[in-house]
Amino acid sequence: MTGAAGTGPAGGHGFTVPVLQLGDVLLVTLQGELHDGMAEQLQQDVTDRISHTRVTGVVIDISGVEIVDSFLGRVLAEIAAGADLLAARTVLAGMRPAVAITLVELGLTLPGLRTALDVERAMELLGAASRQGEGSP
Amino acid sequence: MSVSVSDENAEQEPAAQQVSAFLERRREQIAQRWADAALFRTVFTVSRDEAVEAGRAVAAALAAVAAAGRPDDIRASGFEAVRDQLGRMAASRARTGADADRIADEVAALREPVTDLLRAEFPDPYAPEAQECVVALTVLMGTLRLVVMETAVSASEELIARQREQLHEVATPVIKLWESTVAVPLIGTLDSARSQVVMESLLNAIVAERARYAILDITGVPTVDSLVAQHLMKTVAAARLMGAECIVSGIRPAIAQTIVHLGIDLGTVLTRGSLADALAYALSRQGVGIGPVAAAEAALTADAGAR
Amino acid sequence: MMRAARHAAPATLPIGSDADLAWVRQQVRQTAAELGFGLVQQTKLVTAASELARNTLVHGGGGQVRIIPLDSGPSRGLRLSFVDTGPGIRDLEQAMTDGYTSGGGLGLGMSGSKRLVHEFEVDTRPGEGTTVTVTAWATAVPPSRPGS
Repeated sequence: MTGAAGTGPAGGHGFTVPVLQLGDVLLVTLQGELHDGMAEQLQQDVTDRISHTRVTGVVIDISGVEIVDSFLGRVLAEIAAGADLLAARTVLAGMRPAVAITLVELGLTLPGLRTALDVERAMELLGAASRQGEGSP
Repeated sequence: MSVSVSDENAEQEPAAQQVSAFLERRREQIAQRWADAALFRTVFTVSRDEAVEAGRAVAAALAAVAAAGRPDDIRASGFEAVRDQLGRMAASRARTGADADRIADEVAALREPVTDLLRAEFPDPYAPEAQECVVALTVLMGTLRLVVMETAVSASEELIARQREQLHEVATPVIKLWESTVAVPLIGTLDSARSQVVMESLLNAIVAERARYAILDITGVPTVDSLVAQHLMKTVAAARLMGAECIVSGIRPAIAQTIVHLGIDLGTVLTRGSLADALAYALSRQGVGIGPVAAAEAALTADAGAR
Repeated sequence: MMRAARHAAPATLPIGSDADLAWVRQQVRQTAAELGFGLVQQTKLVTAASELARNTLVHGGGGQVRIIPLDSGPSRGLRLSFVDTGPGIRDLEQAMTDGYTSGGGLGLGMSGSKRLVHEFEVDTRPGEGTTVTVTAWATAVPPSRPGS
């Protein structure tokens, strides 16, 4: 069971995927090499966290991810679908241009997934960002 | 030097060595004469000194090739030193409109002044020894001609490839139209290579400008077939993965007809008639109003946006 | 022609675990970068390598990948050969179809990777194994000048 400030355990090298709770949003930050086992563990962790904390949104920050293949793509789509069932909306944030081009060429357009340029925009999309800074500058 | 071997190849050796020594010894005179030859004169129009300098370098390279005993080898390492220079010269001639035959003739014309100088080295310019050296020089100059032609061909291939790439980049400027709104006005045919460049530039602009809306304006694209449509949809999908909404604008009536006729499904791609309409849409979505068009758009999107 | 010797030499890596997949991705990216592949090209090739290496692991019961830099001609490329001695692919045409899956993935492994490389070749024998060989070429001419 993961604690309040806990992180999801991960397989292999002792890397962990940080899962932070900010108000009613879970912020998941993926970085660098993600082993298949870690990705599957993460899916489990996020789903557990949503059901225990009753957050209403999940932001997955992939700005630090260099490649997304069909396996990781499927995991991300399933996290979002699982979150939806638990009444939390998921936003995928910060995909790099090279990754986006590759995914489209691969045939993986993740149609059901909400996307945002970065975490800030994702928060804004979820309506969870502090209201004072609304709109564009 | 006399050699007592009857083998033809072996006899060429000392001739090549003699030619090499001659090229070294008379380098300055050769360079001076070449500077007046068509090839050097037309390339180095600004300064004769430059032409002489270039001539010295070529003569030195030929001397090295001859010294190595490889007068007929276009891969001889002696040529490496002047390969770039020869390539630039040939390219420069090509730019001023000389075709390959003409350039080849101009290189061939470099032989005569050197041959004259070489013959003058011998008391009897038509003695067998002199003839041998002239033959060796002729072979060497023929090889130089091949090297120039080969260098010219690969230089122009590289030039074409580079220009093609630059053309792609030049032909696809990404413009920031407003805060958070970028646009690419596409002009000309959209092939696979070009659509890759478009996609990359647009996505990079989305990051750089923190764009929420990206407009692909195809007013200047002559035809839209299923392949072009596919490229457009890929670009739209990639932009969406990065969190930006893509709008395709400028679908002329004829193109709309074709799209329908070919049964191309643009799916969920958002389209607008003109770039102005697309911009108005993007602005109204961001709460910026600009006159009656925007008001109408705002009303429309307000309806559509009511969940 | 005289060309400086490259440090990118052919290499063979095992594919037997999750960690091996990660190592294959890293090595392919590094080699592609050394050969002058652009960022997008690198990403495409590494993604294809990830898909195919996972196929080798999941469907072929493990195997190996041979990483072969190609830099003899005017253009530079990278060839990857994924070899397993697993059950082979019974219906290749079906395996190459978008959406077909036998392993619980999205069914884009084979067909998708084919779109990410320039050359794609499958040699499979039922009961003996499968070899998938892909080749990607770096753009013939590097960008004219950095920053322009």
